[in-house]
Formats: sequence, structure tokens, C-alpha cells
Amino acid sequence: MDINITEVRLMNIKWDEFFVTGDPLILGAQISIVLAIVGIVGGLTYFKKWKWLWKEWLTTVDHKRIGIMYIISAVLMFFRGGMDGLLMKAQTSRPELNFLDAQHYNEIFTTHGVIMILFMAMPMLIGLMNIIIPLQIGARDVAYPQLNALSFWLFFSGAMLFNISFVIGGSPDAGWTSYFPLAGKEFSPGIGNNYYAIALQISGIGTLMTGINFIVTILKMRTKGMTLLRMPMFTWTTFITSILIVAAFPIFTVALGLMMMDRLYGTHFFTLSGGGLDMLWANLFWLWGHPEVYIVILPAFGIYSEVIATFSRKRLYGYNSMILSIVGIAFLSMLVWVHHFYTMGSGPAVNSVFSITTMLIAVPTGIKVFNWLFTMRKGKIRMTTAMMWSLAFIPNFLIGGVTGVMLAMAAADYQYHNTLFLVAHFHYTLIPGVVFAVFAALYYWWPKVFGFRLNEKIGRWHFWLFVIGFNMTFMPMFFLGLDGAVRRSYTYSAETGFAPLFLVSAIGAVIMASGFVALCYNMYWSIRYAKRENEADPWNGRTLEWATASPVPFYNFAKLPEVKSLDAFWHMKKHNEGLELHEDEIEEIHMPSNSGLPVYMGIVFFIAGFFLVFEWHVLALIAGLGVLLGLALRSFDYDEGYHVTKEEVKQIESSWRTVKGGRN
Amino acid sequence: MTKKSGFPIGHVLGYLLSLLLTFAAAFVALKMDSLTSHVILWTIGALAVIQAALQLFMFMHVTEGEKHAQLINILYGVFMAAVIVAGTIWVMTSGMHYH
Amino acid sequence: MSAQVNTAHSHISDPGKSKLPLEYQTLQGQMNILGFWIFLGAEIVLFATLFGVFGVLGTRYAGGPQPSDIYMIKEVLIQTVLLLTSSFTCGLAITSMRQGSLKGLIGWMVVTLLLGAGFLVMEINEFAHYVHEGATMQTSAYLSSLFVLLGTHGLHVTLGIGWAILVIIQLLQRGLTPQTATKTFIIGLYWHFLDVIWIFIFTFVYLKGLVVG
Repeated sequence: MDINITEVRLMNIKWDEFFVTGDPLILGAQISIVLAIVGIVGGLTYFKKWKWLWKEWLTTVDHKRIGIMYIISAVLMFFRGGMDGLLMKAQTSRPELNFLDAQHYNEIFTTHGVIMILFMAMPMLIGLMNIIIPLQIGARDVAYPQLNALSFWLFFSGAMLFNISFVIGGSPDAGWTSYFPLAGKEFSPGIGNNYYAIALQISGIGTLMTGINFIVTILKMRTKGMTLLRMPMFTWTTFITSILIVAAFPIFTVALGLMMMDRLYGTHFFTLSGGGLDMLWANLFWLWGHPEVYIVILPAFGIYSEVIATFSRKRLYGYNSMILSIVGIAFLSMLVWVHHFYTMGSGPAVNSVFSITTMLIAVPTGIKVFNWLFTMRKGKIRMTTAMMWSLAFIPNFLIGGVTGVMLAMAAADYQYHNTLFLVAHFHYTLIPGVVFAVFAALYYWWPKVFGFRLNEKIGRWHFWLFVIGFNMTFMPMFFLGLDGAVRRSYTYSAETGFAPLFLVSAIGAVIMASGFVALCYNMYWSIRYAKRENEADPWNGRTLEWATASPVPFYNFAKLPEVKSLDAFWHMKKHNEGLELHEDEIEEIHMPSNSGLPVYMGIVFFIAGFFLVFEWHVLALIAGLGVLLGLALRSFDYDEGYHVTKEEVKQIESSWRTVKGGRN
Repeated sequence: MTKKSGFPIGHVLGYLLSLLLTFAAAFVALKMDSLTSHVILWTIGALAVIQAALQLFMFMHVTEGEKHAQLINILYGVFMAAVIVAGTIWVMTSGMHYH
Repeated sequence: MSAQVNTAHSHISDPGKSKLPLEYQTLQGQMNILGFWIFLGAEIVLFATLFGVFGVLGTRYAGGPQPSDIYMIKEVLIQTVLLLTSSFTCGLAITSMRQGSLKGLIGWMVVTLLLGAGFLVMEINEFAHYVHEGATMQTSAYLSSLFVLLGTHGLHVTLGIGWAILVIIQLLQRGLTPQTATKTFIIGLYWHFLDVIWIFIFTFVYLKGLVVG
């Protein structure tokens, strides 16, 4: 009896298709993952750190710890997404290379896009929001600490599920935009694109929860005297961003759900047969997708406002117009989505309307740029690394912005659409816009979180390598695009004449990557060697996060500050108010308890998602019951938290400042 | 925000009016052959919006609690709904691709 | 709005405001209710997207069954009255809660859930009828969007019934406290919201589908 092993099926999957085989790079990744897991598990066991991990990190509801976990995840994802970028640049560095075949290249640009936007930029910014917002509004935590932890674990669960596709089952390969009909079952019959539908859905739920959390936190937990118009700009941008999240993410929830229905259950939303409309996917995706890019850029704008004001030693210029402009940008961002598919055939009336709304967005953005410049005018500029990132942002983002206006014109877009011109445009907005801001924020807020600064000298290397490398990578792509080079193409012929600029671009990418390595080295070096000065206010800051110790005590503020004006901490310093702590001002502090439920939900969502990806429906349903169980357990949770005694607060406060005697 | 104790007149009124609006819409849609479908659709649409607003105020007490934030939130949600529904239909049915 | 309390849970946020209904008496309760309204805003967007999809795909029958072939308008009207009445009895439940009557609250909640269960039974029947007529969600884009829109609403109702049962158990265990009152108020909001969505389903799926001309 002959058994053909490749025909063996168990639970409807061919087992030789379960693990991705036949590719040395992937095999290397599989081995490294196993080794890494063994290393981590082994290390934790050897150093007896399981209990510590569980108590201090896995079950934490502390917004600062949650923020750190987001940022660590984002840095790791930055590495993976960056590797994808380097691989693409290597493949296209010379004509007709066969380093990566077309299928592999497709998987790589897909994961590059998904990871950089959803698993790098989003968690990086949400992590920063988590750490800083309660501090800036003078609160002890967010409105829903346990929900906050759930948001992180759902993000992590979705990210892990997406990342595992590389070695189990195969990565999605239809682009980060996953257009139909390519993304449908008929043209992508494997399970790779199931990962897309399900992993992103899980993470998306976490993000929606974050949006709700921060809206309520900002509306209801501001300290005494902090009216809306006295909030710092990073808090304002977080507030508006959170509203955008609540408005946009449910659209993606539906779109991904319908994709799952088509791929797994044979429905006809986006199929070519049965009356489906493939363009409907593009419409729904971009209804979410355009607000999504504003969700990542607005917090970045908030970071720039903080950094530029602090290092110009001057109040932010035009506070009110800054708020109006971010409200305007957010409002308009919901009305421009069709500009991503002018060429799909909606016709001149639709295209004209959306051209106009798209071009309008440049106006409030321009107002912000002028406000930043006016903030610097006649200020005392300090060229710290954080400030340098903010200064580099302005001219580089400008290039992204004006090429955006070029693309906004629908008729012209028929030439630029899906060429490398488009790719260069969005990298010139995303990298100087979001990535530079993230770097600035890391240098700016690092001492607050860890009690020591990142090294400024290594920071210079990070800066120059990255900025020069970035421009070298993406500037040539404008010209390649105008010459006719298309996106998502794994190779090109020598006759096109594209080769020289592709090579320049590839070299630029290596330089940019070395900038990222410099950042990683900076973090390593500073953790090991930087002096632990534990300065509460290393930069002579203006906002409330600088009014408490560095690192921040788990309860944030011993005494909730009272705000008298905008730039609350600057006011406190100028008038010598509220800077001292008197013993009789210390009260018992009520803090929320840790919880194992969020990490349980992350695990159970991962398992359910995994089963769904492989279309093992019964198992998925059972795991889904695990989700319901978690919800029920949460419903019955009446834990009211715990109290921190006055003595403990006094002891912690005494470690960084004198606690004055009672004032009778 | 003191609630008058006693008979829940708001709820009863809301319920009866909702029933009325429901059956009125059904009547207009199914029995009024004299009207064009265009008029019928706009009429039943308006009746739906009125009933929804009615229930929002009389059942859900949207003006209690953080009344401004809640009302702005619902209005913004409705605005988004209009953009999504009207926008999707307009974008998808314009041009030559929709058969 | 300031957070003078560092204790969102136990303490009354402002003693002078104890005339507030029980569910608004703690800061955490106020925040939970506000947060839930915002979640309902997100749900409006979610259902709007499904309605938009239905608006585009709702006439793409692929040669298969059309509304007039399968809709049972009498049953739909009954379902509508069931759900609407359940929203009304839910309001009566919250009114009882505000009058301090735990028995009244639970009594009206049980009626609400029974009516809701009745709605669901009829909807399952409706789907079974469609499938029996050869109208499955794989048949056409119209039917895919019909089943998913109605099914999403039905799933929300099902989860709501389960959630309400959990809350009733907690009310029986703990009585009326600021915490249980907040939870009850929130499930009440959710239940009312599902009827508001149904108004639009009734109008733009069933009535619109049967309008001739």
C-alpha cells in the first residue's frame, strides 16, 4: 500500500503546508524563534524570575508599565519591519536579481506595511500616550486601568498571531491594503491572508478600547484647575486622536469581518461572482485607512509641540489655533478617503469632491508648521537630540506634504498612482512625521521614565545616519516614480534605466538601518553606563509630568497638583507654588489591583484566532467560549483595589525631596 | 437631575409614539400605492430618524450625566454614519464600474 | 471637571449631590456610563458600515431570491413590536431601580429578556425559512449582506441577554449598590440602543425591500 505523504490531511490541513518549508531564510527564522523561546524560558527559570514577571509586568494595570511594554514591542517590530525593508531594497538594488522570488517579495512588502503601521507606529504612540497622559493631566492612572492592560494584551496577541504566519502557514501576500479580488479565496487560496483578517481584528479591538479609555480619562480625570484650554498640546492631540480611533476603527472591524466571511464562509461581499464588489473592499479599507494615518500623525504633532516649546524656552505659539487646526485636520480626515483610489472608476464628480477635501487638509497642517516656527522665533534654542529631530521634521515633512498636494489632484494622480512617487510621498510624511517624533519623544521622555538620559553623543550619530540615510533612500524614488517605476514590483529590467537610482536608494537604506542600530546601541549603552541622576526636571520642562520624581512613583503624584494656567509646571516654578510637599498634605492613596484577566484574554484570543486562521471551526468556537468566560469573570470582579498608606508615600517621596513638616 | 418618582409618563409616551411611528411607516411603505417609491423612502426614512431621536431622549436619557459630551458623541456618530452610508453608496454607484 | 477624589470607587464624588441617581454617585460610575456612551458611538459607526454595505449590495440578487420572495412582513412586524416593547419594559426596570425597588427592577428585567428571547426565536425561525427557500448567505451579495446585518444585530441581542442575566445574578447577590446600579444602567443603555438600530433595519431592510415602484 502506497501512501503519498503530501496528500495526508488531518483537520483539513496538509501538514507539509503547516510549517513553511523550502526557504533557507525562513528556516533560519524558525530555528531562531525556537532558540529565542528556549533562551527566554530558560533564563527566566534559571534566574527564578517567573513570579517577578507575573507580578510586575504580566498582570500590571499601571499605565507606565503598560506603556513600556508597548514601546518594547514596537521597537522589536521596528526591527522586523526594517529587515523587511532592507530585504526589499537588496532585491531591487540591481536589475533582475533573484535574491527573492516574486511570491517572497509579495509577502515581505505586505508584512513590512502591516508591521510598520499597525505593530510599530501605533504601539509606539499608544505607549507614549499611556506613560505621559495621566502625568500631564495630574492624574494617578487612566479611567479604566484593567481595560488598558487588556488593550495591550490584545495588541500583543494580534501582533504575535501575525508574526507567526512567517513560519507557520505562510504570510499574507496581498499588500498591507489586501485588495480584492487578489485577497479573496479564489486568488489566494492559502491561509496566509486569513492571518491578515484575524490578527488585525484582534489588535483592532484593543485599539478601540484605548480610544475610549483616553477620551474618558481626559474628560473626567484632569486635576483641579486644569480646564480643557489649559491642557498641554500632547494631551489635546491624544484627545482628538482618541476620538478619531473611536470613529474609524469600527469600520475596519466590519471590513475585516466581511473579509473573513468571504474567505472562510463563502459569502459574496467582495467576490467577483454572486454580485460581490471588489471595489467595496477598497472603499471600506480606506474609510478606515485614511483616518488611521491621521491617528498616527496627530500624536506626533503633539510631541513636536512639547519638544519645540521646551527647547525654545518659550510658550507654544498660537495655542488656540493649534487646537482648531487639529480639530480641523481630524474632521477633514474623515472626508478624503477616495483619494486612495481615484483610478478605480468612481468618475469625475466623486474624484473632484475628494480632490478638494484632500487639498484642504494642507491648510490646517500649514498653520501648525507656522506656529512651530513662530514658537522658535526669539526663543532660547537648545540643540538637544530631541530638538534636532523636531527641526529635521519640518523641511522633510514639508516635502511629503507638498507631494501630497500633487497627488491630491485626481487628474494628475492618474500618472502618479501606484508608482514609487506615491511610495516616496507617504514615506516622507510617515517617517519625518511619525518616526522622527517617536525618536524625539524617546530622547525627551526617557529620563522621566528611567531616571537617566540617553547619550547625546551617540544620539547625534543616530540622528545624522538616519536622516541622511532616509533622504538617500526615498528622494530617488520620487524620480523613479515619475520615470514609470511601479510599486510592489519585485524586479525591473536594465533597459528601464532605473538601476542607478535603485542602487542609490538601497545604499541609503543601509545607512538608515545603521542609524537604527545606533539608537539600539544608545539604549544599550545608556542602560549600562549612563549616570543615574534621577532628575525630576532634566530639561527645565513646562508641563506637569516634570513635577514628579524620575522614575515616576507608582502612584504618580503624592499630592495632586493644582493648576493655575497653561504650561502648568512652568507657572508653578515661576511663582514658586505647589513645589513643596508638606507632611499633612499626604493622604492615603487608592490604587487599582493587578489582574491576570487581561493576559488570559490575550492568550485565549490568540488561540481562537489561530484556530480560525486554520479554519478549524469547532476548536475556534470552543476557544471563543474561553473569551466569553473571561468576560463573565470580569463582570463578577468587584475588587476595589488597595490603599497605599501615608507612611509609604512619605517614605517614597523622601527619597527624592524633603518632605516638609506640617503647617499649623 | 432629580427624577420625579411615580408614573413613568416619559417612557409610556415614548413607547406609544414609537408604536405609532412604526405602524405609520409600515402603512406608508406597504399600503400607499399612490406615492412614488422615492417619496415613500424619504418618508419612512424620516419616520425612522424621528423614532430613533425619540427613543434616544425618552428611553436613553441622553441628556443626563455628562450631557454635553454624550450628545456631541451621538451627533458625531450620526454624522459619521451619514458620511459612511451616503459616501459609500455614492462612491460605489458612480462611474462605470457598478453594474 | 476635576478629580478631587483619588478614590474613584467608594466615595461619593460630591456629598451635596447625593440626590443623584445611585448609578451616578461614584466617579467610576460616571466614567463607566460616559465610556459606554462613547462605545455606543463606535457601535453606531459599526452598524452604519454594515448599512452602507447593504445599501450597495442590497439589490445585487445574482439571479437568486429577492426581498419579495422571502420576507415575511407579518412576522417582522411582530418581532418589531416584541423588541420595542422589551425596550419599554427595560425603561420601566430602570425607573423601578431609581425608585429603589429591587424587586420591580428584576421583575421588569426578566420580562424584558423574555421578550428579547421571543424576538430571537422568531429571527432564528426567519433564517431557517430563508435557508429552506434556498436563500443562503452564499447565494448572492444581497443575501450575504442581509444575513450579516441581521445576524450582527441578533448576535448583539444574544450577548445582551447573557450579559443581563449576569447582572441580574449580581443584583440578587449584592442588592442595589452604586456599582450594581451602574452596571444595570449600562446594560439598559445597551438594550435600548439595540432597538434603535432595529428601527433602521425594519425601515431600510424590510420596508424598503418591499416598496414597489
